Amino acid sequence: MRLSKAWMVASKDFKTFTKRKSIFYSIFYFEVIVSIGLPFVIRFVTSKPGAAASLPILLNAFSFLFVIGAALAPVGIASYSLVGEKVQKSLEPLLATPTTDEEILAGKSIAAFLPAIGANFVGVLIFATLVDLFTHNLLGYFYYPNWNIVIIVFLLGPLACLLSVGYNVLISSRSNDVRSAQQLGALIMLPMGAVYVLSETKVLDLTTTNLLIGAAIVAVIDVVVFFLVKATFQREEILTKWK
Amino acid sequence: MSMIEVKNLSKKFGEFTAVDNLTFSVAEGEVFGLLGPNGAGKTTTIRMLCCLISKTSGDAQIAGYQIGDDGTASLAIRKLIGLVPDNIGLYDELSAYENLDYYGKLYECPEDVRKVNIEHFLTMMELWDKKDQPVSNYSKGMRQKVAIARALIHDPKLLFFDEPTANLDPESARVVRDIILQLKKEGKTIFINTHNLAEAQRICDRIGILKTKLLTINTPEELEKTVWGSKTVIQVEEVNDQILAAVRRYSPKDLSVEENKIVLSLTDPQKENPDFVQAIVDAGGRIQYVTQLNPGLEETYLKVIEETK
Repeated sequence: MRLSKAWMVASKDFKTFTKRKSIFYSIFYFEVIVSIGLPFVIRFVTSKPGAAASLPILLNAFSFLFVIGAALAPVGIASYSLVGEKVQKSLEPLLATPTTDEEILAGKSIAAFLPAIGANFVGVLIFATLVDLFTHNLLGYFYYPNWNIVIIVFLLGPLACLLSVGYNVLISSRSNDVRSAQQLGALIMLPMGAVYVLSETKVLDLTTTNLLIGAAIVAVIDVVVFFLVKATFQREEILTKWK
Repeated sequence: MSMIEVKNLSKKFGEFTAVDNLTFSVAEGEVFGLLGPNGAGKTTTIRMLCCLISKTSGDAQIAGYQIGDDGTASLAIRKLIGLVPDNIGLYDELSAYENLDYYGKLYECPEDVRKVNIEHFLTMMELWDKKDQPVSNYSKGMRQKVAIARALIHDPKLLFFDEPTANLDPESARVVRDIILQLKKEGKTIFINTHNLAEAQRICDRIGILKTKLLTINTPEELEKTVWGSKTVIQVEEVNDQILAAVRRYSPKDLSVEENKIVLSLTDPQKENPDFVQAIVDAGGRIQYVTQLNPGLEETYLKVIEETK
């Protein structure tokens, strides 16, 4: 596989997204709400007496939202990247170029992965800074960075993002409409949302160990999804079976 | 030298046979047209030759490369060819220049060549002034021109056109046909799928009629002769038994009379026509005109397709 070819495909998609504002902004909605909105919720909570004891649990749960964010951010791009090509019927001329299926797939994945993970990283940075600013006096130390957020930013988040990209490629192969592909693609956040709810209700403790176990599970699912995507993204399959 | 060499090529989708046992070749610089009804396997044939889908059996070579051999041969073939698919498939958000630049990169054109080619082809298509407008603002004819420029951006030896004038208004269709004729003059090998019989007759050196199987293949003129035979129509003022007896003496392959027209099937009309004319004149017939029966490609096509039913 030639990475230069994959990068050509990705660069074209980046250019398209900057011209399709709705797709471009879809990367940031969730990140903005979580990274700026939640620190102010924390600030409100910490203004109440006895908040310091429950603060770490709340912050761990909120940190996990960046795993959901990493999975949600590429949905718009990944769906548009493939369903958009289907709608514009541009897949056949693209596949007729001397570019392999793997290079096209890698390009499409890079185009969805990089902005999503970049936005997530910036979101975490803003979130952690604001939270530290608002909680330092109460806790007496800077809550971030800690191992949990490191695992979320550099391991679990990227793995969830990859899973989302792969899942959305699979969804896109069966969809003819960008909006419905995005709606189905967003379902990827459901299992992660369930983990968040379990942590908020104190059924599941989001410790470093548990996050690592979670990362291992997502990594295994990523491998399975990768092989499914590879089997789906075949030139002949795309031209004759993708509807 | 053959640019395309196809031997017993077949494609099945499950139990359904889309293309059955095709054998033909296309010479370098030739314009070859494939005619056939919807679902005849024309697009499937192009897709196999462009290495977009696999063959089920048989062989085909493009410029000496075997299709379906391995990834390397497929990439080499795709580098040599340009495809204008039946769906234009441009990126609406991008300008004509950006569309062509992207494909130029994918076809591995160096930047300086790419720039020269983009300017050359957009100028040739009379789109250079609008090069920075998103193609979503273009008319269908303009978009088709960009699609052709896209297929030409890497200066391919072989071009595949799948229904290039379908759904275009007559003026745009004519422009596209003129571009294809220009490419023919430049010596490109061109393979066209079309429903438009007048277009095929005007552009193609040879025509194949496909209906899952290749029913016939020839030059448009020879195709008419093969299907209909050579027929001469001699219109006289009045047909009578004396004239018919005189005509029969020269033993035409077939003779029929429609009102005051004598229709003769002949082996070599150029040699035989003077004898028949002379015989009719000698028999007292007054000839109004002599003409060759020319049913046209459409009638020929319909007859060939009809015979398969």
